[in-house]
Amino acid sequence: MTTTALPTALKEIKDEFLALEVPDRLQLLLEFSNELPELPERYRDHPNLFERVIECQSPVFIFVEVGDDDIVQLHATAPRESPTTRGFASILAQGLAGLTADEVIAVPDDYPQELGLSQAVSPLRVRGMTALLGRTKHQVTLKRHS
Amino acid sequence: MTVGFDDSATFADYAHPERLVSTEWLAEHLGEPGLAVVESDEDVLLYETGHIPTAVKIDWHTDLNDPVLRDFVSAERFAELLGRKGISRDTTVVVYGDKNNWWAAYALWIFTLFGHEDVRLLDGGRDKWIAEGREIVTTTFAPEPAEYPVVQRDDSTIRAFKDDVLEHLGHGPLIDVRSPEEYSGERTEIPGYPSESALRPGHIPSAASVPWARAAAPDATFKSREELDGIYKGEAGLREGDDVIAYCRIGERSSHTWFVLTHLLGFENVRNYDGSWTEWGSAVRVPITTGTERGEVPTA
Repeated sequence: MTTTALPTALKEIKDEFLALEVPDRLQLLLEFSNELPELPERYRDHPNLFERVIECQSPVFIFVEVGDDDIVQLHATAPRESPTTRGFASILAQGLAGLTADEVIAVPDDYPQELGLSQAVSPLRVRGMTALLGRTKHQVTLKRHS
Repeated sequence: MTVGFDDSATFADYAHPERLVSTEWLAEHLGEPGLAVVESDEDVLLYETGHIPTAVKIDWHTDLNDPVLRDFVSAERFAELLGRKGISRDTTVVVYGDKNNWWAAYALWIFTLFGHEDVRLLDGGRDKWIAEGREIVTTTFAPEPAEYPVVQRDDSTIRAFKDDVLEHLGHGPLIDVRSPEEYSGERTEIPGYPSESALRPGHIPSAASVPWARAAAPDATFKSREELDGIYKGEAGLREGDDVIAYCRIGERSSHTWFVLTHLLGFENVRNYDGSWTEWGSAVRVPITTGTERGEVPTA
Protein backbone atom coordinates (compact mmCIF):
# COMPACT_ATOMS: atom_id res chain seq x y z
CA MET A 1 0.00 0.00 0.00
CA THR A 2 1.42 3.36 -0.95
CA THR A 3 1.16 6.29 1.41
CA THR A 4 -0.95 9.02 -0.06
CA ALA A 5 -0.62 12.66 0.89
CA LEU A 6 -3.32 13.98 3.20
CA PRO A 7 -6.07 15.83 1.26
CA THR A 8 -5.65 19.61 1.42
CA ALA A 9 -8.53 20.47 3.75
CA LEU A 10 -7.63 17.74 6.26
CA LYS A 11 -4.00 18.84 6.13
CA GLU A 12 -4.97 22.46 6.79
CA ILE A 13 -7.16 21.50 9.74
CA LYS A 14 -4.35 19.43 11.20
CA ASP A 15 -1.83 22.26 10.79
CA GLU A 16 -4.27 24.69 12.35
CA PHE A 17 -4.62 22.53 15.48
CA LEU A 18 -0.93 21.79 15.80
CA ALA A 19 -0.02 25.48 15.53
CA LEU A 20 -1.92 26.15 18.76
CA GLU A 21 -1.07 25.59 22.40
CA VAL A 22 -3.04 22.75 23.98
CA PRO A 23 -5.76 24.87 25.74
CA ASP A 24 -6.37 26.83 22.53
CA ARG A 25 -6.95 23.60 20.63
CA LEU A 26 -10.09 23.14 22.75
CA GLN A 27 -11.31 26.56 21.62
CA LEU A 28 -10.70 25.66 18.00
CA LEU A 29 -12.62 22.42 18.50
CA LEU A 30 -15.46 24.49 19.91
CA GLU A 31 -15.40 26.68 16.80
CA PHE A 32 -15.70 23.59 14.64
CA SER A 33 -18.52 22.42 16.87
CA ASN A 34 -20.41 25.66 16.25
CA GLU A 35 -19.84 25.34 12.51
CA LEU A 36 -21.45 21.93 12.13
CA PRO A 37 -24.12 22.67 9.51
CA GLU A 38 -27.77 21.90 10.08
CA LEU A 39 -28.98 18.89 8.11
CA PRO A 40 -30.24 19.70 4.62
CA GLU A 41 -34.03 20.04 4.55
CA ARG A 42 -34.44 16.85 2.52
CA TYR A 43 -32.95 14.69 5.27
CA ARG A 44 -34.42 16.28 8.35
CA ASP A 45 -37.47 14.07 8.50
CA HIS A 46 -35.68 10.84 7.65
CA PRO A 47 -34.01 9.66 10.83
CA ASN A 48 -33.92 6.09 9.48
CA LEU A 49 -31.27 7.09 6.92
CA PHE A 50 -28.83 7.85 9.67
CA GLU A 51 -26.47 5.47 11.39
CA ARG A 52 -25.71 5.96 15.07
CA VAL A 53 -22.03 5.96 15.96
CA ILE A 54 -22.26 4.02 19.19
CA GLU A 55 -18.57 4.34 20.01
CA CYS A 56 -19.10 8.02 20.78
CA GLN A 57 -20.17 8.78 24.32
CA SER A 58 -22.87 11.11 23.05
CA PRO A 59 -25.52 10.39 20.45
CA VAL A 60 -24.21 11.23 17.00
CA PHE A 61 -25.73 10.13 13.73
CA ILE A 62 -24.13 10.17 10.31
CA PHE A 63 -25.31 9.77 6.75
CA VAL A 64 -22.96 9.62 3.78
CA GLU A 65 -23.96 10.54 0.25
CA VAL A 66 -21.91 9.49 -2.77
CA GLY A 67 -22.94 11.48 -5.87
CA ASP A 68 -22.94 10.26 -9.48
CA ASP A 69 -19.59 11.98 -9.85
CA ASP A 70 -18.30 9.83 -6.94
CA ILE A 71 -18.03 12.92 -4.73
CA VAL A 72 -18.66 12.18 -1.06
CA GLN A 73 -20.71 14.31 1.28
CA LEU A 74 -20.92 13.59 5.00
CA HIS A 75 -23.96 14.74 6.97
CA ALA A 76 -23.91 14.51 10.73
CA THR A 77 -26.14 15.52 13.58
CA ALA A 78 -25.44 15.60 17.32
CA PRO A 79 -27.08 17.54 20.14
CA ARG A 80 -25.85 20.98 21.24
CA GLU A 81 -25.13 19.44 24.66
CA SER A 82 -22.42 17.31 23.02
CA PRO A 83 -20.03 19.95 21.68
CA THR A 84 -17.00 17.65 21.54
CA THR A 85 -18.76 15.11 19.37
CA ARG A 86 -20.18 17.89 17.19
CA GLY A 87 -16.65 19.25 16.81
CA PHE A 88 -15.34 15.86 15.67
CA ALA A 89 -18.16 15.49 13.14
CA SER A 90 -17.63 19.03 11.88
CA ILE A 91 -13.89 18.48 11.31
CA LEU A 92 -14.66 15.43 9.20
CA ALA A 93 -17.55 17.08 7.32
CA GLN A 94 -15.31 20.02 6.39
CA GLY A 95 -12.17 17.99 5.85
CA LEU A 96 -13.80 15.43 3.57
CA ALA A 97 -15.96 17.88 1.61
CA GLY A 98 -15.50 17.55 -2.14
CA LEU A 99 -13.32 14.43 -1.98
CA THR A 100 -13.97 11.41 -4.19
CA ALA A 101 -14.83 8.02 -2.76
CA ASP A 102 -11.28 6.81 -3.41
CA GLU A 103 -9.80 9.80 -1.64
CA VAL A 104 -12.00 9.32 1.43
CA ILE A 105 -11.11 5.65 1.66
CA ALA A 106 -7.43 6.56 1.44
CA VAL A 107 -7.58 8.91 4.43
CA PRO A 108 -5.35 7.38 7.12
CA ASP A 109 -7.41 5.74 9.88
CA ASP A 110 -5.27 7.41 12.50
CA TYR A 111 -5.94 10.95 11.26
CA PRO A 112 -7.85 11.83 14.49
CA GLN A 113 -4.77 11.00 16.54
CA GLU A 114 -2.70 13.46 14.51
CA LEU A 115 -4.61 16.56 15.57
CA GLY A 116 -2.85 16.96 18.90
CA LEU A 117 -6.09 16.53 20.83
CA SER A 118 -5.13 13.57 23.01
CA GLN A 119 -3.84 15.80 25.77
CA ALA A 120 -6.63 18.36 25.44
CA VAL A 121 -9.62 16.01 25.37
CA SER A 122 -8.09 12.60 26.31
CA PRO A 123 -7.27 9.63 24.05
CA LEU A 124 -10.50 7.89 25.08
CA ARG A 125 -12.61 10.68 23.62
CA VAL A 126 -10.48 10.93 20.47
CA ARG A 127 -11.45 7.32 19.83
CA GLY A 128 -14.97 8.54 19.17
CA MET A 129 -13.67 10.52 16.22
CA THR A 130 -11.73 7.50 14.96
CA ALA A 131 -15.00 5.57 14.99
CA LEU A 132 -16.76 8.38 13.10
CA LEU A 133 -14.11 8.25 10.38
CA GLY A 134 -14.26 4.44 10.27
CA ARG A 135 -18.02 4.39 9.84
CA THR A 136 -17.88 7.12 7.22
CA LYS A 137 -15.39 5.11 5.18
CA HIS A 138 -17.51 2.01 5.61
CA GLN A 139 -20.60 3.78 4.27
CA VAL A 140 -18.59 5.13 1.32
CA THR A 141 -17.50 1.58 0.48
CA LEU A 142 -21.10 0.41 0.48
CA LYS A 143 -22.50 3.35 -1.49
CA ARG A 144 -19.83 4.09 -4.09
CA HIS A 145 -20.68 3.62 -7.71
CA SER A 146 -17.43 2.28 -9.07
CA MET B 1 -17.24 24.61 56.60
CA THR B 2 -17.20 28.15 55.32
CA VAL B 3 -20.60 28.80 53.80
CA GLY B 4 -23.89 28.01 55.53
CA PHE B 5 -25.94 24.96 54.56
CA ASP B 6 -29.02 24.87 52.40
CA ASP B 7 -31.58 23.97 55.06
CA SER B 8 -34.56 23.86 52.72
CA ALA B 9 -37.23 21.32 53.60
CA THR B 10 -36.69 19.44 50.31
CA PHE B 11 -33.50 17.88 51.66
CA ALA B 12 -34.57 17.38 55.27
CA ASP B 13 -35.41 13.68 54.87
CA TYR B 14 -31.99 12.72 53.55
CA ALA B 15 -29.38 11.36 55.94
CA HIS B 16 -26.93 14.19 55.18
CA PRO B 17 -28.91 17.11 53.75
CA GLU B 18 -25.83 19.33 54.05
CA ARG B 19 -24.41 17.53 51.01
CA LEU B 20 -26.95 19.12 48.66
CA VAL B 21 -27.77 22.65 47.61
CA SER B 22 -30.66 23.78 45.46
CA THR B 23 -30.39 25.98 42.39
CA GLU B 24 -32.15 28.79 44.36
CA TRP B 25 -29.58 28.52 47.14
CA LEU B 26 -26.68 28.61 44.72
CA ALA B 27 -28.09 31.60 42.83
CA GLU B 28 -28.31 33.50 46.13
CA HIS B 29 -24.82 32.56 47.31
CA LEU B 30 -22.84 32.97 44.08
CA GLY B 31 -19.75 35.09 44.62
CA GLU B 32 -19.77 34.64 48.37
CA PRO B 33 -16.27 34.39 49.90
CA GLY B 34 -15.33 30.81 50.74
CA LEU B 35 -17.55 29.30 48.05
CA ALA B 36 -16.22 27.67 44.89
CA VAL B 37 -18.40 26.29 42.12
CA VAL B 38 -17.04 23.45 40.00
CA GLU B 39 -18.52 22.14 36.76
CA SER B 40 -17.69 18.53 35.83
CA ASP B 41 -19.21 17.10 32.67
CA GLU B 42 -18.94 14.09 30.48
CA ASP B 43 -18.28 16.38 27.52
CA VAL B 44 -14.97 18.20 27.89
CA LEU B 45 -16.23 21.24 25.92
CA LEU B 46 -19.63 21.74 27.51
CA TYR B 47 -18.33 24.21 30.09
CA GLU B 48 -17.01 26.40 27.26
CA THR B 49 -20.46 26.62 25.68
CA GLY B 50 -21.82 28.30 28.82
CA HIS B 51 -21.61 27.74 32.58
CA ILE B 52 -22.77 29.14 35.90
CA PRO B 53 -21.04 32.48 36.63
CA THR B 54 -17.86 32.02 38.75
CA ALA B 55 -17.77 28.26 38.02
CA VAL B 56 -14.44 26.64 37.19
CA LYS B 57 -14.09 23.51 35.10
CA ILE B 58 -12.60 20.27 36.38
CA ASP B 59 -12.54 17.52 33.78
CA TRP B 60 -12.76 13.93 34.99
CA HIS B 61 -10.34 12.64 32.42
CA THR B 62 -7.75 15.32 31.84
CA ASP B 63 -7.68 16.72 35.41
CA LEU B 64 -8.55 13.88 37.80
CA ASN B 65 -7.02 10.79 36.16
CA ASP B 66 -3.30 10.18 36.00
CA PRO B 67 -2.21 10.32 32.36
CA VAL B 68 0.00 7.23 32.62
CA LEU B 69 -0.96 5.05 35.58
CA ARG B 70 -4.53 3.75 35.81
CA ASP B 71 -5.25 5.70 38.97
CA PHE B 72 -6.31 9.12 40.10
CA VAL B 73 -3.85 12.00 40.12
CA SER B 74 -1.23 12.19 42.85
CA ALA B 75 -1.64 14.33 45.97
CA GLU B 76 0.79 16.86 44.47
CA ARG B 77 -1.17 17.17 41.24
CA PHE B 78 -4.48 17.39 43.06
CA ALA B 79 -3.12 20.18 45.28
CA GLU B 80 -1.77 22.02 42.23
CA LEU B 81 -5.10 21.63 40.40
CA LEU B 82 -7.24 22.89 43.27
CA GLY B 83 -4.88 25.75 44.02
CA ARG B 84 -5.06 26.80 40.37
CA LYS B 85 -8.86 26.66 40.56
CA GLY B 86 -8.86 28.98 43.57
CA ILE B 87 -9.87 26.31 46.09
CA SER B 88 -8.40 26.09 49.60
CA ARG B 89 -8.74 23.22 52.03
CA ASP B 90 -11.60 24.94 53.89
CA THR B 91 -13.47 26.16 50.79
CA THR B 92 -17.09 25.10 50.39
CA VAL B 93 -17.16 23.39 47.00
CA VAL B 94 -20.42 22.96 45.08
CA VAL B 95 -20.07 20.58 42.15
CA TYR B 96 -22.55 20.32 39.30
CA GLY B 97 -22.60 18.78 35.85
CA ASP B 98 -24.50 17.27 32.96
CA LYS B 99 -26.45 14.00 32.84
CA ASN B 100 -27.98 13.93 36.34
CA ASN B 101 -24.68 14.99 37.92
CA TRP B 102 -23.06 11.78 36.76
CA TRP B 103 -19.54 13.20 36.44
CA ALA B 104 -20.12 15.75 39.18
CA ALA B 105 -20.66 12.88 41.62
CA TYR B 106 -17.45 11.29 40.37
CA ALA B 107 -15.54 14.52 41.03
CA LEU B 108 -17.15 14.78 44.47
CA TRP B 109 -16.11 11.22 45.29
CA ILE B 110 -12.51 11.97 44.28
CA PHE B 111 -12.52 15.18 46.37
CA THR B 112 -13.65 12.96 49.25
CA LEU B 113 -10.78 10.50 48.65
CA PHE B 114 -8.45 13.43 49.19
CA GLY B 115 -10.32 14.31 52.36
CA HIS B 116 -11.82 17.60 51.18
CA GLU B 117 -14.45 18.08 53.83
CA ASP B 118 -17.08 20.43 52.54
CA VAL B 119 -18.04 19.30 49.07
CA ARG B 120 -21.68 19.35 47.96
CA LEU B 121 -23.72 18.62 44.85
CA LEU B 122 -26.06 21.05 43.14
CA ASP B 123 -29.34 19.10 43.11
CA GLY B 124 -30.53 18.84 39.51
CA GLY B 125 -27.13 19.86 38.16
CA ARG B 126 -26.54 21.74 34.96
CA ASP B 127 -29.80 20.71 33.33
CA LYS B 128 -32.01 22.12 36.07
CA TRP B 129 -30.07 25.39 36.26
CA ILE B 130 -30.49 25.89 32.52
CA ALA B 131 -34.11 24.68 32.44
CA GLU B 132 -34.94 27.35 35.01
CA GLY B 133 -33.50 30.02 32.73
CA ARG B 134 -30.80 31.01 35.20
CA GLU B 135 -27.78 32.98 34.10
CA ILE B 136 -24.99 31.27 32.19
CA VAL B 137 -21.84 32.87 30.85
CA THR B 138 -19.21 31.79 28.33
CA THR B 139 -16.23 33.70 29.69
CA THR B 140 -13.82 31.35 31.43
CA PHE B 141 -13.66 32.29 35.09
CA ALA B 142 -10.09 32.92 36.28
CA PRO B 143 -10.12 32.78 40.08
CA GLU B 144 -7.41 34.12 42.34
CA PRO B 145 -5.06 31.12 42.84
CA ALA B 146 -5.14 29.59 46.31
CA GLU B 147 -2.84 27.45 48.43
CA TYR B 148 -4.02 23.86 48.67
CA PRO B 149 -2.05 21.48 50.89
CA VAL B 150 -0.59 18.23 49.59
CA VAL B 151 -2.76 15.60 51.28
CA GLN B 152 -2.49 11.89 50.47
CA ARG B 153 -5.65 10.09 49.37
CA ASP B 154 -7.34 7.69 51.75
CA ASP B 155 -7.91 4.74 49.42
CA SER B 156 -9.07 2.40 52.18
CA THR B 157 -12.41 3.80 53.31
CA ILE B 158 -14.59 4.64 50.32
CA ARG B 159 -12.60 2.97 47.54
CA ALA B 160 -12.46 -0.75 46.83
CA PHE B 161 -9.84 -2.59 44.79
CA LYS B 162 -10.25 -5.94 43.08
CA ASP B 163 -8.89 -7.89 46.06
CA ASP B 164 -11.29 -6.06 48.38
CA VAL B 165 -14.17 -7.18 46.19
CA LEU B 166 -12.94 -10.79 46.22
CA GLU B 167 -12.85 -10.68 50.02
CA HIS B 168 -16.26 -9.05 50.16
CA LEU B 169 -17.87 -11.65 47.89
CA GLY B 170 -20.31 -13.78 49.81
CA HIS B 171 -20.11 -11.54 52.88
CA GLY B 172 -21.80 -8.35 51.81
CA PRO B 173 -23.98 -6.92 49.08
CA LEU B 174 -22.76 -5.59 45.75
CA ILE B 175 -24.65 -3.15 43.56
CA ASP B 176 -24.07 -3.24 39.81
CA VAL B 177 -25.16 0.16 38.51
CA ARG B 178 -24.67 -0.48 34.77
CA SER B 179 -27.45 -0.91 32.25
CA PRO B 180 -29.46 -4.16 32.29
CA GLU B 181 -27.75 -5.25 29.03
CA GLU B 182 -24.31 -4.81 30.52
CA TYR B 183 -25.42 -6.68 33.65
CA SER B 184 -26.83 -9.68 31.83
CA GLY B 185 -23.85 -9.85 29.51
CA GLU B 186 -25.82 -9.49 26.31
CA ARG B 187 -23.37 -8.45 23.63
CA THR B 188 -23.97 -4.99 22.34
CA GLU B 189 -20.99 -4.12 20.17
CA ILE B 190 -21.18 -4.38 16.42
CA PRO B 191 -18.71 -6.78 14.79
CA GLY B 192 -15.78 -4.94 13.27
CA TYR B 193 -16.09 -1.97 15.60
CA PRO B 194 -14.60 -3.10 18.87
CA SER B 195 -15.34 -0.69 21.65
CA GLU B 196 -13.00 -0.24 24.56
CA SER B 197 -14.36 -2.82 26.89
CA ALA B 198 -13.74 -5.95 28.90
CA LEU B 199 -12.87 -9.38 27.56
CA ARG B 200 -15.86 -11.08 29.21
CA PRO B 201 -19.40 -9.77 29.63
CA GLY B 202 -21.67 -10.36 32.64
CA HIS B 203 -21.61 -9.34 36.29
CA ILE B 204 -20.05 -10.18 39.64
CA PRO B 205 -22.02 -13.06 41.21
CA SER B 206 -24.51 -11.94 43.88
CA ALA B 207 -24.55 -8.31 42.69
CA ALA B 208 -27.97 -6.68 42.51
CA SER B 209 -28.74 -4.67 39.39
CA VAL B 210 -29.77 -1.08 40.08
CA PRO B 211 -28.95 1.16 37.11
CA TRP B 212 -27.50 4.37 38.58
CA ALA B 213 -29.92 6.82 36.95
CA ARG B 214 -32.87 5.26 38.76
CA ALA B 215 -31.89 7.52 41.66
CA ALA B 216 -32.68 10.59 39.56
CA ALA B 217 -36.05 12.19 38.90
CA PRO B 218 -36.93 13.45 35.39
CA ASP B 219 -35.73 16.98 36.29
CA ALA B 220 -32.29 15.52 37.21
CA THR B 221 -32.78 16.09 40.96
CA PHE B 222 -32.53 13.15 43.34
CA LYS B 223 -35.67 11.17 44.05
CA SER B 224 -37.22 11.47 47.49
CA ARG B 225 -35.92 9.54 50.48
CA GLU B 226 -38.97 7.32 50.36
CA GLU B 227 -38.51 6.45 46.70
CA LEU B 228 -34.80 5.80 47.17
CA ASP B 229 -35.46 3.58 50.20
CA GLY B 230 -37.92 1.65 48.06
CA ILE B 231 -35.33 1.04 45.35
CA TYR B 232 -32.22 0.26 47.39
CA LYS B 233 -33.66 -1.27 50.56
CA GLY B 234 -36.85 -2.65 49.04
CA GLU B 235 -35.92 -3.96 45.61
CA ALA B 236 -32.17 -4.45 46.01
CA GLY B 237 -32.54 -5.69 49.59
CA LEU B 238 -29.89 -3.59 51.32
CA ARG B 239 -30.22 -3.54 55.10
CA GLU B 240 -29.16 -0.88 57.50
CA GLY B 241 -25.58 -1.36 58.59
CA ASP B 242 -24.61 -3.28 55.45
CA ASP B 243 -21.14 -2.84 53.98
CA VAL B 244 -21.82 -2.19 50.32
CA ILE B 245 -19.61 -2.12 47.24
CA ALA B 246 -20.89 -0.44 44.08
CA TYR B 247 -19.34 -0.80 40.64
CA CYS B 248 -19.96 0.05 36.99
CA ARG B 249 -17.49 0.10 34.09
CA ILE B 250 -14.82 2.53 35.25
CA GLY B 251 -16.27 3.76 38.54
CA GLU B 252 -18.03 6.92 37.40
CA ARG B 253 -21.68 5.87 37.43
CA SER B 254 -21.10 4.02 40.70
CA SER B 255 -19.81 7.26 42.27
CA HIS B 256 -23.32 8.57 41.81
CA THR B 257 -24.74 5.52 43.58
CA TRP B 258 -22.05 5.84 46.28
CA PHE B 259 -23.31 9.40 46.88
CA VAL B 260 -26.93 8.24 47.13
CA LEU B 261 -26.18 5.38 49.53
CA THR B 262 -23.75 7.35 51.70
CA HIS B 263 -25.17 10.85 51.85
CA LEU B 264 -28.85 10.43 51.08
CA LEU B 265 -29.60 7.07 52.70
CA GLY B 266 -26.95 7.15 55.43
CA PHE B 267 -25.06 3.89 54.80
CA GLU B 268 -21.75 4.32 56.58
CA ASN B 269 -19.61 1.75 54.81
CA VAL B 270 -20.03 2.11 51.10
CA ARG B 271 -17.09 1.64 48.79
CA ASN B 272 -16.82 2.39 45.09
CA TYR B 273 -14.90 -0.21 43.08
CA ASP B 274 -13.45 2.05 40.39
CA GLY B 275 -11.60 -0.77 38.63
CA SER B 276 -15.13 -1.96 37.92
CA TRP B 277 -16.07 -4.06 34.92
CA THR B 278 -13.16 -2.94 32.72
CA GLU B 279 -10.90 -4.61 35.27
CA TRP B 280 -13.10 -7.44 36.56
CA GLY B 281 -14.27 -8.51 33.11
CA SER B 282 -10.68 -8.83 31.92
CA ALA B 283 -9.11 -10.34 35.03
CA VAL B 284 -8.11 -14.02 35.01
CA ARG B 285 -10.13 -16.47 37.12
CA VAL B 286 -12.40 -14.06 38.92
CA PRO B 287 -15.97 -15.36 39.21
CA ILE B 288 -18.44 -14.03 36.64
CA THR B 289 -22.02 -14.86 35.98
CA THR B 290 -24.31 -13.99 33.05
CA GLY B 291 -28.04 -13.54 32.71
CA THR B 292 -30.55 -11.52 34.64
CA GLU B 293 -30.27 -13.48 37.92
CA ARG B 294 -27.81 -12.37 40.60
CA GLY B 295 -26.07 -15.73 40.60
CA GLU B 296 -24.34 -17.70 43.34
CA VAL B 297 -20.91 -16.95 44.73
CA PRO B 298 -18.76 -20.04 44.04
CA THR B 299 -17.64 -21.79 47.22
CA ALA B 300 -14.11 -22.94 46.60
